[in-house]
Amino acid sequence: MTDSPLARHVAPAAATASAIGKTRSAAPARAPAAIAAAAGVSFKHDHLAAILDDPGTVGFLEVHAENYMGDGGHPHRTLERVRRDFPLSLHGVCMSIGGPGPLNEDHLARFAALVERYQPGLVSEHLAWSTHDDVFFNDLLPLPYTPQTLDRVCEHIDRMQTAIGRPILLENPATYVLFDNATMSETDFLRAIVARTGCGLLLDVNNVFVSATNHGYSARQYLDDFPLDHVGEIHLAGHSEQTDDEGDPLLIDSHDRPVADPVWALYDAVIAATGPIPTLVEWDSDLPEWPVLRAQAEAANRILSAASQPHRQGHRHALAV
Amino acid sequence: MSKATKTALSGAVVAGAVAAAIGGLNLAGVTDAHAAQEKCYGVSLAGKNDCAAGPGTTCQGTSTVDYQGNAWTLVAEGTCESMELPGDRMGSLEPLERDLPS
Amino acid sequence: MPLPSDRAFAYPLDAAGFGAGLLDPARAKPQSVTGAHGKAAEKCYNVYRNNVTVSLIDALADIYPAVQELVGERFFRAMARDYVRAHPPSSPLLFRYGEGFADFIEGFAPARELAYLPDVARLERAWLTAYHAADREPIAPDELASIPQDRVGEIGFEMHPAFALVASRFSLFRLFMMNRGFMPLERIDASLAEPVMVTRPQADVAVTRLAPGEPVFLARLAAGDTLGQAAAEALAAETAFDLGHALASVLAAGAAVAIRAPAGTTAHPPATSPEDR
Repeated sequence: MTDSPLARHVAPAAATASAIGKTRSAAPARAPAAIAAAAGVSFKHDHLAAILDDPGTVGFLEVHAENYMGDGGHPHRTLERVRRDFPLSLHGVCMSIGGPGPLNEDHLARFAALVERYQPGLVSEHLAWSTHDDVFFNDLLPLPYTPQTLDRVCEHIDRMQTAIGRPILLENPATYVLFDNATMSETDFLRAIVARTGCGLLLDVNNVFVSATNHGYSARQYLDDFPLDHVGEIHLAGHSEQTDDEGDPLLIDSHDRPVADPVWALYDAVIAATGPIPTLVEWDSDLPEWPVLRAQAEAANRILSAASQPHRQGHRHALAV
Repeated sequence: MSKATKTALSGAVVAGAVAAAIGGLNLAGVTDAHAAQEKCYGVSLAGKNDCAAGPGTTCQGTSTVDYQGNAWTLVAEGTCESMELPGDRMGSLEPLERDLPS
Repeated sequence: MPLPSDRAFAYPLDAAGFGAGLLDPARAKPQSVTGAHGKAAEKCYNVYRNNVTVSLIDALADIYPAVQELVGERFFRAMARDYVRAHPPSSPLLFRYGEGFADFIEGFAPARELAYLPDVARLERAWLTAYHAADREPIAPDELASIPQDRVGEIGFEMHPAFALVASRFSLFRLFMMNRGFMPLERIDASLAEPVMVTRPQADVAVTRLAPGEPVFLARLAAGDTLGQAAAEALAAETAFDLGHALASVLAAGAAVAIRAPAGTTAHPPATSPEDR
């Protein structure tokens, strides 16, 4: 892969682990396992035996960092076990990067310790907030995009990248409301963050579709505006549908069912434009049997493989419509 | 609680108890915990969620709408009916009228 | 880098206002929150209200499955909804949530008749704390055997980080075991005192029913008393106290990780102090 033009898409996480100049004094027990441009799944304890027994073509596992921030016991034993067989992606859910207040230093230290211990191939967080004034809301809450919030978010990302000694990937959120004081588009906001902090991006294609539907814009247009060169990982997930005050569709990023067809189509278009990128299928509620989740990852792998074929490489960087 | 009691216990009684404890480690009295563990990780409860690790994080929204409701009209309707508190009449979900003098 | 207070109000995200509405369904959505193209945003904002409330109720249901089994799902979720709004978490580590739930249940009028419910909640909270506690190797029986016989009353124990004592005047052990599916459910007299200790000798959490006097004995040991002192207190509290059984329980359940040897003896390495977390 190293001679392929696609390789750079894997680079933000896999190859620049020490790019911001932190050297680890304590030698890690193992090097970060680079994550190939293949499909992974979110790891759930319920699937442990089945995954080890028949992983199929699943290339990596992603875990929520916070679930492994206890001191000991089964969670760490389990993570040690899966880490032997799979590269890991460490996905933070609670850093509250988008909030007004300073990051929680205890939480940063816990996060850094996990990165040090498990040497994940990918590390990511969300463009959202979840804690304010010592209340943790346990949801990814939205923020208005303005030069002022941009400053704050960039400070927080700098702080996190310094604390863990490597760049992160920042995920675009699924949102349900807008703010009347916003002055920047989400894609411009993300582009500016990347330029100022050196972080990469985690493109959640389902979130794009959910937000675009909820706010009445074109998902394709959003993706055309998205800084795809900086995407180090892609998320796919299922969503559910409600209706808003006007009776229009209101999509919920619920991760409780298979990836929807229009999301697969958007993903196909993105991969055709960028080449293969590590892709995670998230399934977090109403967990299916392992073969169902594995089949979702294998569907993503078919799209990734097709994009590796030489005849498709001419289409790069023009989002196929 | 007297000092005399404590002094007596710090000698031969304690030593004897230690010896008995070490010698009798497989006694039935300490097997409750092991039974629980075996059930937790054995086949008998495979598929049940009793051994779950507690709550995990969410980075997803929820499909179920359940943020409204009034707790004050509630009657418990779980297994508590089988967990009797005879002297206190608690644990029973019979209407309170049964306690009225007849 | 504190902001001048007038600028703080001008920050474009009013997180306090946005957050307050999430925990109070009667509150109007924040003014700055809108829908696309001038549409109303009530239902859209309610998505966040719902996500926050339901995910935290779900977290409590995951921490307190036996409490939910006892009262039923509908009752549990309504009780949890009130708790979530009154006591939202302060830590992003949800496995630490619910420390005040047992006390909340005690004051929750619809649960008043289920007097044992708070104790069941206390045990479930202790269970999850033990599940995530630090890994430490329990003391082996031969460590105890190597103490000189005439000095054994002077030793003390460092308890395992997972160790917890849950006293109860109710049938807590069976209430817990039956409602977590570890024992078949049957009609019981729930008024027989069954205090328990929670331990985690290896990775699996253990719940052990305690005999008369053992709660006092273990509480004194955990507070730093010597074996002789703790046994004397236990015997004073309960004439039926059996020190041999109590010690066997400590060893079998892995309740202690180190022996504090009496001064002047060298049979053991000094106990390490527990990590401060």
